[in-house]
Amino acid sequence: MHNYTIAELVKGLQSKQFSSVELTQHFLARIRQFNDQYNAVITVTEDQALQVAQLADQRLATGSAPALCGVPLLHKDIFCTKGVRTSCGSKMLDNFIPPYNATVVENFEQAGAVMLGKTNMDEFAMGSSNETSFYGPVKNPWATDCVPGGSSGGSAAAVAGRLAPGATATDTGGSIRQPAALCGISGLKPTYGRVSRWGMIAFASSLDQAGPMARTAEDCALLLNCMASFDDKDSTCVDREVPDYSASLNKPVKGLRIGIPKEYFSEGLHPGTEAAVKKALTDLEAQGVELVEISLPNSDLSVPAYYVIAPAEASANLSRFDGVKYGYRCENPKDLQDMYCRTRSEGFGEEVQRRILIGTYCLSAGYYDAYYGKAQQVRQLIEQDFVKAFADVDLIVGPTCPSPAFKFGAKGDDPVAMYLEDIYTIATNLAGLPGMSVPCGMVEGKPVGLQIIGNYFDEARMLNLAHQFQQVTDWHTQAPEGIL
Amino acid sequence: MIIKREEIEKLATLSRISIDEKTITDVSERLSSVLNLVDQLQTANTDSVQSISRPFQVSQRLRADEITESNQRDAFQVIAPATDNGLFTVPKMID
Repeated sequence: MHNYTIAELVKGLQSKQFSSVELTQHFLARIRQFNDQYNAVITVTEDQALQVAQLADQRLATGSAPALCGVPLLHKDIFCTKGVRTSCGSKMLDNFIPPYNATVVENFEQAGAVMLGKTNMDEFAMGSSNETSFYGPVKNPWATDCVPGGSSGGSAAAVAGRLAPGATATDTGGSIRQPAALCGISGLKPTYGRVSRWGMIAFASSLDQAGPMARTAEDCALLLNCMASFDDKDSTCVDREVPDYSASLNKPVKGLRIGIPKEYFSEGLHPGTEAAVKKALTDLEAQGVELVEISLPNSDLSVPAYYVIAPAEASANLSRFDGVKYGYRCENPKDLQDMYCRTRSEGFGEEVQRRILIGTYCLSAGYYDAYYGKAQQVRQLIEQDFVKAFADVDLIVGPTCPSPAFKFGAKGDDPVAMYLEDIYTIATNLAGLPGMSVPCGMVEGKPVGLQIIGNYFDEARMLNLAHQFQQVTDWHTQAPEGIL
Repeated sequence: MIIKREEIEKLATLSRISIDEKTITDVSERLSSVLNLVDQLQTANTDSVQSISRPFQVSQRLRADEITESNQRDAFQVIAPATDNGLFTVPKMID
């Protein structure tokens, strides 16, 4: 059952081929059996899952079940789940049990999905390797001595390892697309404002966006249908009709104009990754798309701009973790200052502290204009690059990340080397554009991701291209050794 | 560019983060390497470029200034580190 896609599971549930309880028990058993190898799931909600599955079976029996009724899923531990610990991968929130659900979680509950548990992640979503989690690193199912990517590495590894058919994730600078690429699955970051951020623990509020992870583009469409909604509780959520993302998957892609940014094929791109991406472009061309070379001239400034804007917003967002209202508080504080400082030093890990310090520096008197003001201007330049490009092309395609999964510790001592892991994904967050990654090849036994970037709110076209690509390739059906 | 010790100490105070004496050099080196990366921004010509703080000029939606939340004090205080009679308690601030 674990090799079925979500689309197949929905059909199987509706045709009574299996029940939701059977399906849920199957995935819970897989988590019990394999999670020690991957460390992808940090909370398993077994009793709750089986209760919801029983209710789902009752609804399925009536023939009026909602879209994802009875389908088991995992949630990234950044989404607040009522009565279930939501740690954000941090000691700071190790004891945090939210009294409410994130809108994304609520949407899946309404759609009848079954939550199996919560997935591991880089602490406060700050990382590209999942090595910063308080709960230890997630291992890549394709090579357990390698990272799964981050920050949504737990969700990606769980889907790749068939511990769940799909999972929620979030992307601030590439945290859906990069782990999807490194784990050989499909993942989509929607347009900023498409999915509610309410109840999603904030990292950088102008960049954060939630999206789905699954094995196929078709499944990402099914999950996005449920995740995307207007939410009055998120003031940046955009009030715009949500299309049926599954409806346009089978449209012919012949004639689509695909922009290939020359800057995404320059120094630093692994030759094996480059070859796999170029082969994918040839496959797309064979399906009738027109490839057009484009330029995104300010691409090289996206990482520097991001590492001002994201830490600046993080330093403000994470000021709420002070040991007063929820989360960790240090032992025996001698006064209020001591409580704040020790709570934050003991509760936050090294990378989170580093980003808070950088953000504070960039926002402090004397440096604000040179760093934060300048980065916001560069953000405008980056956005304009995309606006110009999309005047001429329908979609943009290139590599998701510069190289396949790397070994644990390989970039641990050098934050800048780690930050460059997101060199091809960060610009879309700065511009607020949607992007996705689909598997497009293998290098040294590890998956390679193809990134598809769309115009604002054009997720349907991205999914259409990805789905059509998956009709003529089988990279998305491949599994790590011992899984099938 | 190297961030000096005094600057690190000031940042730590502003951020309410204690930095161990033994790690201060290490923190300084790593922060400096990140700031060297972000210094590449200075190469960009941004004359007459407007700055943006959020994507695609989306405007913040406003709502009427009305109470929309119900009182959930008990639900929120049950997860607090320390409370007393409906109040969040902290170490004594004033003698």
